[in-house]
Amino acid sequence: MAQIELRNIGKKFKQEAVIENLNLTIRSGSFTVLVGPSGCGKSTTLRMVAGLERQTEGEIWIDGKCVSDTPPGLRDVAMVFQNYALYPTMSVRGNIEFGLKNKGVAKPERERLIGDISELVGLTPYLDKKPQSLSGGQRQRVALARAMVKQPKVFILDEPLSNLDAKLRSQMRTELIQLHKRLGTTFVYVTHDQVEAMSMGDEIVVMDKGVIQQADGPMAIYGQPANLFTAQFIGTPPMNVLLQEDMHALGIPAMPGVHYAGFRPEHAVLNPPDGTEGIMLRGRIATRESLGAEQIYQLELASGALVSVKTFLRPMETVEWAAAAIPAEALHAFDVRGNRVECSLNEWREAAGGGILTAAGAGGRS
Amino acid sequence: MKEGIQQAQLGLGKPGAGAAKSEPRARMRLAASGRLLLAGFNRACMLLLVLVFAMPFAWMISTSFKTLPETMIFPPVWIPRNLIWENYTAAWNTGPFLRYAANSIVIAVGILLLQMLTIIPAAYAFARYRFAGSRLLFGIVMVTLMIPAQLIFLPVYLELSAFNLLNTHLGLILPFASSAFGIFLLRQAFMQIPDELIEAARLDLASEGRIILRLMLPMVKPVLVTFALFSFIAHWNDYFWPLVMTTNETARTLPLAIAKIREVEGVATWNVLMAGNLILVAPILAVFIASQRHIIQAFVYNGVK
Ligand SMILES: Nc1ncnc2c1ncn2[C@@H]1O[C@H](COP(=O)(O)OP(=O)(O)OP(=O)(O)O)[C@@H](O)[C@H]1O
Ligand SMILES: [Mg+2]
Repeated sequence: MAQIELRNIGKKFKQEAVIENLNLTIRSGSFTVLVGPSGCGKSTTLRMVAGLERQTEGEIWIDGKCVSDTPPGLRDVAMVFQNYALYPTMSVRGNIEFGLKNKGVAKPERERLIGDISELVGLTPYLDKKPQSLSGGQRQRVALARAMVKQPKVFILDEPLSNLDAKLRSQMRTELIQLHKRLGTTFVYVTHDQVEAMSMGDEIVVMDKGVIQQADGPMAIYGQPANLFTAQFIGTPPMNVLLQEDMHALGIPAMPGVHYAGFRPEHAVLNPPDGTEGIMLRGRIATRESLGAEQIYQLELASGALVSVKTFLRPMETVEWAAAAIPAEALHAFDVRGNRVECSLNEWREAAGGGILTAAGAGGRS
Repeated sequence: MKEGIQQAQLGLGKPGAGAAKSEPRARMRLAASGRLLLAGFNRACMLLLVLVFAMPFAWMISTSFKTLPETMIFPPVWIPRNLIWENYTAAWNTGPFLRYAANSIVIAVGILLLQMLTIIPAAYAFARYRFAGSRLLFGIVMVTLMIPAQLIFLPVYLELSAFNLLNTHLGLILPFASSAFGIFLLRQAFMQIPDELIEAARLDLASEGRIILRLMLPMVKPVLVTFALFSFIAHWNDYFWPLVMTTNETARTLPLAIAKIREVEGVATWNVLMAGNLILVAPILAVFIASQRHIIQAFVYNGVK
């Protein structure tokens, strides 16, 4: 159990600044997920915590100690690499044992720890095999066992599941979550898969271009995105964003400081029953896509803007034109720079002079 | 193509079969026989190669058991009438062979050990670190690959004589304390090892020494074995350096002794000479057979990359 603090961290490779002035506190015992597009500096951040990369500025604190000058092996941090990085010439046992040997753990104690861990991750039958003869999932388990056996304060996992097939990935996801519950250790997990982030993290850190966009619980990230980037990064399809002219055309009242309005595709109601409250959109169905339980449509509005609408457990719409209602409470507002503006429902209503935000009142073409 | 098929049919002696039906079959047969032919050709080529290399060797063995007149008769015979083991004792007795053999072993093994001691850390540093002047230093190492021994033996001789190292084992070992070829070979092998593995080891609290010994060396074992063989054979068979750097028997090696067999007798005693040669190559042969698996593996690895 350990809290990790990154204070004013900056990282330059040669002259190129990859991370600038990053501040982050990772709660002790949390399952924190770093998520962001490729090249945004997730791995770099992680590697600085592990001590594999040295920050050019700032300090890293683990469990109340500044570890900036502590070599990687002494930070009490264990890491699971994307490509497992198992020692190919050592057996599974040798892989797990290597760190313990280097630490000077006595043989009987090592035997006990290896026995316990391999039991826990189901590797006991494979202890004397070489990593090359194991499947991807088994190799992943060896990597986990190798990290766990050292009983570190912090686990760091850099896209550990990206080499597994979809089914195994979701199974390992569940196993990792259970493992975290069982150990109670701080987990820092990197992924560029937002679904993985949402399903695993109890704390999500969204990064872009080396800057933290938002750090919060998954529901807050989904429900109150701090800016347009987070809003559009989390959720599939991403949040629809309307420009001011679209807002005007749809009769969304102008509010001071609001430059963008957004709503999630799954909050729009396609072809709503009469009397549904909300902003009414009308448009041609440009594309339709079915994933079985859910359908995704793209509506082309009169302005030419495309918005996505997602329905659940409804038959596929075959009509060419469709309407969609967006409940007022599903609207998000953002300012010129894309930062979230808090607008209460009442403010929208007031600005609208009451009444416009109903299906009946919304103008549209047919 | 058509002709080929027809020929194949003819060749297979089935002229009666319906053309439409038998065509795919014939084609299959043709492909199969083609493959067979190719495989046969391959074998033949390999056999030829083996013969080219094995013939002199077999001749050497054969001659080493002949009487002197038997070595000269025409047409030559492969199997001597009687096996003359005395050739070996004769060769052995031309000089202090036990001393020569001991010298050879001490020098070849000494060089090998010393080279391992120097090239492993050097290759590791060149492969894993960028330090001030690292590229220049590596360039210098590479350049030494291109300097022939004949060019530097004089200054080396003078230097050794200044340190009183002529006619000593050390004098024959020290000039080969390191190997540019070895550094290069091992550096390439080290560079193939992914960084993540080394990072994982560092997180496992492994020291630099343990990373090299426990993690990296086992991974480059085939390369290491190959280099060890090259080095051992080169210095075991070396004639030039021992010849130049010794003036008496104390540090002379087997190749010099073998060469001397010819000198001493006036007439060329080929049979004794060949017996001496066999004594010279026997240890190398033994080493080769023992490490065959590793050698083949090493070359397969390099081929795949
Ligand atoms: N050793 C390095 N030298 C120079 N630039 C580097 C180095 N490592 C990373 N970078 C740069 O730093 C930036 C961030 O890299 P990083 O690996 O942290 O991205 P990431 O978020 O992990 O991306 P991905 O999801 O693709 O793994 C990239 O632009 C990359 O080019
Ligand atoms: Mg990465």
